[in-house]
Amino acid sequence: MRRLLLLALLVPVACAVVGAAQAHQAGTTVNLVAYSTPKPVMQKLISRFGYTSAGNGVSFSQSYGPSGSQARAIAAGQPASIAFLSTGLDIDTIADAGLVGKNWNKAPYSGIAADSVVAFVVRPGNPKHIHGWNDLVKSGVQVVTPNPFSSGSAKWNVLAAYGAARKSGMSDHQAVQFVTKLFKHVVSQDTSGSNAANTFFSGKGDVLITYESEAYSAFAAGKQGKLIVPKPTMLIELPMVALKDAPSAAKAFIAYAHAPKQQAIFAANGYRPVVKSVLKRPNLASWAKKYKTGPTFNIRDRLFGGWLKANRVWFDQNTGRMVGIERVVGG
Amino acid sequence: MEASAARAPHVRPREAARAGGRASTAISVGIISTFLTVVVVLPIAALVWESHKSGADAFWQAVSNPLAVSALKLTFGAAFIVVLINIVFGTVTAWVLVRDDFPGRSIVNAVIDLPFALPTIVAGLTLLALYGPRSPIGIDVAYTRTAIVLALCFVTLPFVVRTVQPVLLELDTEMEEAARSLGARQTTVFRRIVLPNLLPGILSGAVLALARALGEIGSLVLIAGNIPGHTQVVSVYVLNQIESGDPSGAAAVAVVLLGASFVLLLAVGALRFFVTRYERG
Repeated sequence: MRRLLLLALLVPVACAVVGAAQAHQAGTTVNLVAYSTPKPVMQKLISRFGYTSAGNGVSFSQSYGPSGSQARAIAAGQPASIAFLSTGLDIDTIADAGLVGKNWNKAPYSGIAADSVVAFVVRPGNPKHIHGWNDLVKSGVQVVTPNPFSSGSAKWNVLAAYGAARKSGMSDHQAVQFVTKLFKHVVSQDTSGSNAANTFFSGKGDVLITYESEAYSAFAAGKQGKLIVPKPTMLIELPMVALKDAPSAAKAFIAYAHAPKQQAIFAANGYRPVVKSVLKRPNLASWAKKYKTGPTFNIRDRLFGGWLKANRVWFDQNTGRMVGIERVVGG
Repeated sequence: MEASAARAPHVRPREAARAGGRASTAISVGIISTFLTVVVVLPIAALVWESHKSGADAFWQAVSNPLAVSALKLTFGAAFIVVLINIVFGTVTAWVLVRDDFPGRSIVNAVIDLPFALPTIVAGLTLLALYGPRSPIGIDVAYTRTAIVLALCFVTLPFVVRTVQPVLLELDTEMEEAARSLGARQTTVFRRIVLPNLLPGILSGAVLALARALGEIGSLVLIAGNIPGHTQVVSVYVLNQIESGDPSGAAAVAVVLLGASFVLLLAVGALRFFVTRYERG
């Protein structure tokens, strides 16, 4: 009886596996491995791509998850043709495994599909009057940001705070002191950007430091809050690259994502397009206005010297500046 | 088991059976040891190997990091409190479920296991909604150490209940009645008759709850706040190290957690051996 039951369970599973395997043989499959938030945009792009000559007959398997975990999964062997992640550092993880060329940022648009900036979300009506970086360290202000050792998005937040402090005229030492002071105001260091958003939107804290695009996607999902883009702030570049052994359809899709029409879709969903001209379109006028927020600096600024250097200086497990800051805050 | 069989003089049928079935014993031992090797021994060996890959200095540096030490302290402290709470409330719950008849008992009995069925991240989300800043009942403990204990109590609740319950069901009430008829008070009956019978079950449940509490992550990531040095438990600390590309450091801290857990489990095992000695005569 038990054996029969087991058989009854196994047969449909086996059929499904074989069926799925056969279905995939029919045409080219592109495995998209992406970070969590762009899911709605990517699904729009993928369904439109199917109607183009390059995308005809191409099927997509889509995986969404935390950026760092996705990068490690690809490096460890998860099938992937396109990686769309939230920091260049995560693409470097894949490049270190030899699956992406070390010069991935020499591709068109430096391998970047869309931009965003480091921004604040405050409670509706902005009761604590938060407008810029210095307001975060006012007494009584509670800040939510993920832990930079587990979350790529928190690394942007830390570097943005430091960069803004330097741009306001502080010395290196003073700017590090500023970041330390900021972390004394952090009431929850969640493991990921989405967990931090969860913490903030479930009522904790006065300010959530996040990507502008994440804030728009939270608002689109009905969450209540007000977006503040501090001046200056850090430009976030979201890389989308094809892996070395990816089918040609993967490269075609990335080129497609850079075409003006698709860049307009990014723009209408809270992402800053890398093809700036699309912002002149009349139907994107309201978004173009939202993206005019003030000066930005990026990771290639001499304050940071690129991802690899910034990661070593700030987030090395033993010698990183952030280790010292966490010890001061936690001690 | 084998020791007691060898000691007892009148076990001839069983010995005969064993002689006949020696081949099958060898096979079953082989199967079990292969299984244990694949699912337990190899992964733990790999973990220890990974932790020492960067050398003894790196191992020491990883585990002596003050934030790692405070995460370990917090985790063990919280786990101890949770185990004590479980021992008291788990035993009482089991007692009520077995000895008292009340309407809805079978429903309560079924509810006990729900924390096992729920993905722990959902448990964390639910507790956050209920006992967080927007608590509908006005209790806000989120992002404190209290929240850690609360979440751990939730996920470990079934262990003691489910290990004590069958013992209580089997326990003959005649012993208690005899004690009472000899003039023992209720507290004496509980202390001298009931508790010694329940202790092995309670300890088994405590061990399971302890092990679970030490390794728990899912229900804690949302509700603990994860401030290093304050509310960051060791599992979250290890996760951070893995996420920031330091698997050796993560393994080193995990090995310390594992070693300390092993010592604790052995200690409870010894205690259990001690309290069940009268059963073996």
